[in-house]
Amino acid sequence: MFAYTLRRIVATIPVMAVVALFVFSLLYISPGDPAAVIAGDQATPADVERIRASLGLDRPYLVRFAEWAWNIMRGDLGTSIFTNLPVSTMIAQRIQPTLSLMVITLILAIGIAVPMGVIAAWKQGTWIDRLVMGFAVLGFSVPVFVVGYVLAYVFALELDWLPVQGYTPIERGVWPWLQNLILPSVALGGVYIALIARITRATMLEVLQQDYIRTARAKGVGQPGILFLHALKNAAVPIVTVIGIGVALLIGGAVVTESVFAIPGLGRLTVDAILRRDYPVIQGVILLFSFTYVLVNLVIDLLYTLFDPRIRY
Amino acid sequence: MSTSTFGPGTFQPGTLPRAALRAEDVAAAPPLPDVLPPVKPRHGFLGFLRRNPTIAIGGGLMILILAMAVLAPLLWTVDPTALAPARRTREPSAMYWFGTDMLGRDVYSRVLYGARVSLIVGFAVAFFSSVIGLTIGLTSGFVRWADAIIMRIMDGLMSIPSILLAIALMALTRGSVGNVILAITIAEVPRVSRLVRGVVLSLREQPYVDAAVASGTSTPRIIVRHILPNTLAPLTVQATYICASAMIAESILSFIGAGTPPIIPSWGNIMAEGRALWQVKPYIVFFPAIFLSLTVLAVNLLGDGLRDWLDPRMAKKV
Repeated sequence: MFAYTLRRIVATIPVMAVVALFVFSLLYISPGDPAAVIAGDQATPADVERIRASLGLDRPYLVRFAEWAWNIMRGDLGTSIFTNLPVSTMIAQRIQPTLSLMVITLILAIGIAVPMGVIAAWKQGTWIDRLVMGFAVLGFSVPVFVVGYVLAYVFALELDWLPVQGYTPIERGVWPWLQNLILPSVALGGVYIALIARITRATMLEVLQQDYIRTARAKGVGQPGILFLHALKNAAVPIVTVIGIGVALLIGGAVVTESVFAIPGLGRLTVDAILRRDYPVIQGVILLFSFTYVLVNLVIDLLYTLFDPRIRY
Repeated sequence: MSTSTFGPGTFQPGTLPRAALRAEDVAAAPPLPDVLPPVKPRHGFLGFLRRNPTIAIGGGLMILILAMAVLAPLLWTVDPTALAPARRTREPSAMYWFGTDMLGRDVYSRVLYGARVSLIVGFAVAFFSSVIGLTIGLTSGFVRWADAIIMRIMDGLMSIPSILLAIALMALTRGSVGNVILAITIAEVPRVSRLVRGVVLSLREQPYVDAAVASGTSTPRIIVRHILPNTLAPLTVQATYICASAMIAESILSFIGAGTPPIIPSWGNIMAEGRALWQVKPYIVFFPAIFLSLTVLAVNLLGDGLRDWLDPRMAKKV
């Protein structure tokens, strides 16, 4: 187990290196010359050259990459061109809303999707099953901002049950915080719920045909016991895997959801950075999101033994 | 009537020797009732649609949207970019079917022309990422030493959420439909490559490939004759799903201002422009949203239908 854990962790290094190389190249080939910007309008070409040399921008690609990667490992993500603040500070300021949104969505999605998939598999071929599958197709097809606007229109503007937009930090109370996150989470969760429900149903259908399910039934285990204890336990690994893969959907969707609901999180930061062409910020956010994604999937890989003790490494 | 003793009602068990049974005495078995209606195989195109309702619905919807995009100039539209400050933000009416936006442009015309961008991006990304992904996947599946390198790069690219990857690429270039297609294609290629590589690796183990190798078939010929035809079914299904997600990606990019330039009407652009006013004039956002959702739904239904039709074993499961 220890050897496997170690091997699995080592295996993420090349993946992260590719991500880092890609993100670095993004800045490297980005249009605009920082040296010229710093030098200003009055500078002579010689001044620009001198500044370029003092910034180290005249050194070879790989040398600069090594230095940049070293800085990243020490937590230095560079400085924003636009605000002159360190990128890590800007990310720290914006991380709470995004993290809250994702965690709430994750809980909501798993809480809804898994029972949905289980019931669809149990009632296979009935109208309940068809309803769940129909919802899944819709979930894949209706883009997150469309769901967002419809929800905001109905529940915030027309019914006035929940706030339309904005974000309240959790320090100002759990309920105001949660109130602002309900609609964005439902909007963001749509695709995710569809994905998890579909996989849960497919896996459950397979598991329910196994001999041990018949044995359990023969032994007198009730339907809920069979579904949620015997079957779901054995269906856990594919479901957990797809929950991990689906985090990519959450990250991509968060960028849009935050725009629709005016949540000042990392997604907004990304959008603003793109509109201002603030490359260090874009770089920092993409790096953070990608590493998080890799890490989540690494943890899930390592958790497999927990869900299925038969798996031995 | 020599057989009268053998008629119904006269028969006594054990009274007749077995030899007395003659063929002409045994009445023919009564015809079975029609428990099952006779199977009428449905042939032709209509029969195909009947057997695959998802393809029929998805395909039908798709044809409608395609026709709408192609025939946009004939469908009572006006110039979608014509400004008319005097008639800003009119509610939908007989004159302006979907209302007008804050610059007085006709939303109906913009939505119809916007379909063109979505469809072009969807189809182009599906096509290019399939071709590139097929090439990379085949190379990876057949060239041992390249496999490890290619797959590590693909793993790396896949660990960047695809919409972020596309956003990052768009940040490097100016907004244009071509750049949007390029950015989304690059983000989708790793998935296709993985799929093709997986199929190739499993096909390589098939006995008929061994047989081809044993009889001296050259590698290019094995690829063209034995491998390629078998990758086409999963690739077609995948391409359909990519088409759907590319349409969503384009609208997201345009919505956040990193996609199709604002002068070209696209569904994402119309929504981005209506965003500021959506609480008072929701129709500017809702009409493009409905069309986008319907189009993506049509493509997804088509994809599900194709998958079930091309791989019936999967049909019952997912």
